[in-house]
Amino acid sequence: MHRFLLAVLRRDLTLAARRRGDWLIAQFFFVMVASLFPLGVGPEPEMLARIGPGVLWVAATLASLLSLSRLFADDHHDGSLEHMVLSPEPTVLLVLGKSLAHWLIYGIPLLLIAPVLGIQFNLSWEAIWVLEISLLLGTPILSLLGGVGAALTLGLRGGGVLLTLLILPLYVPALIFGAGAVDGVMAGTGAEAHLSLLGAFLVLSLMIAPWIAAAALRVSLE
Amino acid sequence: MNLYTYASPANFYVLAGKLIPWFAWGTGIFTVWGLYISFFLAPTDFQQSEAYRIIFIHVPAAWMSMFIYLVMAFWGAIGLAFNTRLSFMMARALAPTGAIFTFIALWTGAWWGKPMWGAWWVWDARLTSELILLFLYVGIIALWAAIDDIRRGDRAGSLLTLIGAINVPIIYFSVKWWNTLHQGASVSLTKAPSMAATMLQGMLVMAIAAWLYTITVALIRVRRIILERERQTEWVKALLEKET
Repeated sequence: MHRFLLAVLRRDLTLAARRRGDWLIAQFFFVMVASLFPLGVGPEPEMLARIGPGVLWVAATLASLLSLSRLFADDHHDGSLEHMVLSPEPTVLLVLGKSLAHWLIYGIPLLLIAPVLGIQFNLSWEAIWVLEISLLLGTPILSLLGGVGAALTLGLRGGGVLLTLLILPLYVPALIFGAGAVDGVMAGTGAEAHLSLLGAFLVLSLMIAPWIAAAALRVSLE
Repeated sequence: MNLYTYASPANFYVLAGKLIPWFAWGTGIFTVWGLYISFFLAPTDFQQSEAYRIIFIHVPAAWMSMFIYLVMAFWGAIGLAFNTRLSFMMARALAPTGAIFTFIALWTGAWWGKPMWGAWWVWDARLTSELILLFLYVGIIALWAAIDDIRRGDRAGSLLTLIGAINVPIIYFSVKWWNTLHQGASVSLTKAPSMAATMLQGMLVMAIAAWLYTITVALIRVRRIILERERQTEWVKALLEKET
């Protein structure tokens, strides 16, 4: 069973490694969106530190959405997705493997870039550290829930925009708890409560999202 | 009499046609009665003066916005589990009404907020989650609109409704979980309500009116959906011939 999961993971990672341009776009998007805010609202350090956590979190959700519309689309195009769904292995594992691969390809680089942007936004080291933990807990949620949206909108016209419309409302708790954790540590009230809720939300998404996404995938491929 | 016969769209079409006038009359009577209580019988609030009367619209609309979503999720789950066509049609028939009530709840809330809080909008937990509920409704309707294949659209929309259903308890309990500006519920089953009896009566009558209205328009809409989807069948052709 986990051999299938590993095979899906390895396949997606290999494909991503051979098309480096694809996943770098999402990372540059993340950097650009975050860099637009100081230009838009002004460069005062106090204000940047105040809005920094929220801006970085919003930019992270948008960057993940940008890449999610292609989670199943490429495999759907060349027909390999149908074969994987028709195989005797459970579709849930296929979805879980693809979501995990998406997180490794798009989520981990965000974690590496975020501290640099945190410095640009004048965040303290403590706040950057909590931002890292909140992104570590939060970005898998984005990939898991995004899998549901990607499966639902598979092959639809205007699928990318529709995906945004469907999935952004579901991202809200992750955004609130993730940015709230960093705000908490900056305000001196501590980040534990928000991080615990974020962790709980991650467990909940991990338990529910792959099943719904697998059902949605079967509906879309019928 | 076997209730399951009404799971067939052809039978339900006839039943809905018979029920609609009853619910429509009920809606009219309860709306007039409720508005009469709200505007003429209910006393002026000593703190909020006349502006509080918005709650007679606001509270039933907010209740219905959440309740309709749960009913949609229920029909979606039934449809996915038992593969019944009519359940999906009911879910689709309810969605626009739910979105409208969510919008009314937000709009009247803003009108109430301006004189009471001094702000049209605050990023309060309950307001925010009601806004997210509106986004969910819009997302579901947009997904249905984007999928031409009826069977796929039904299922995809129901799956999205189910995953979004987690949001509804968050709205309801948000006032308790976060200590926020929006006041707590004044009506509760377990303790005496913290408002005058006439006000409560007006609100409940308006809630029943909103309920009956929802049933009426949902039945009208589901009849249209049934006709549209079953237009190839014999019974629809026979029906059309009889009517023309």
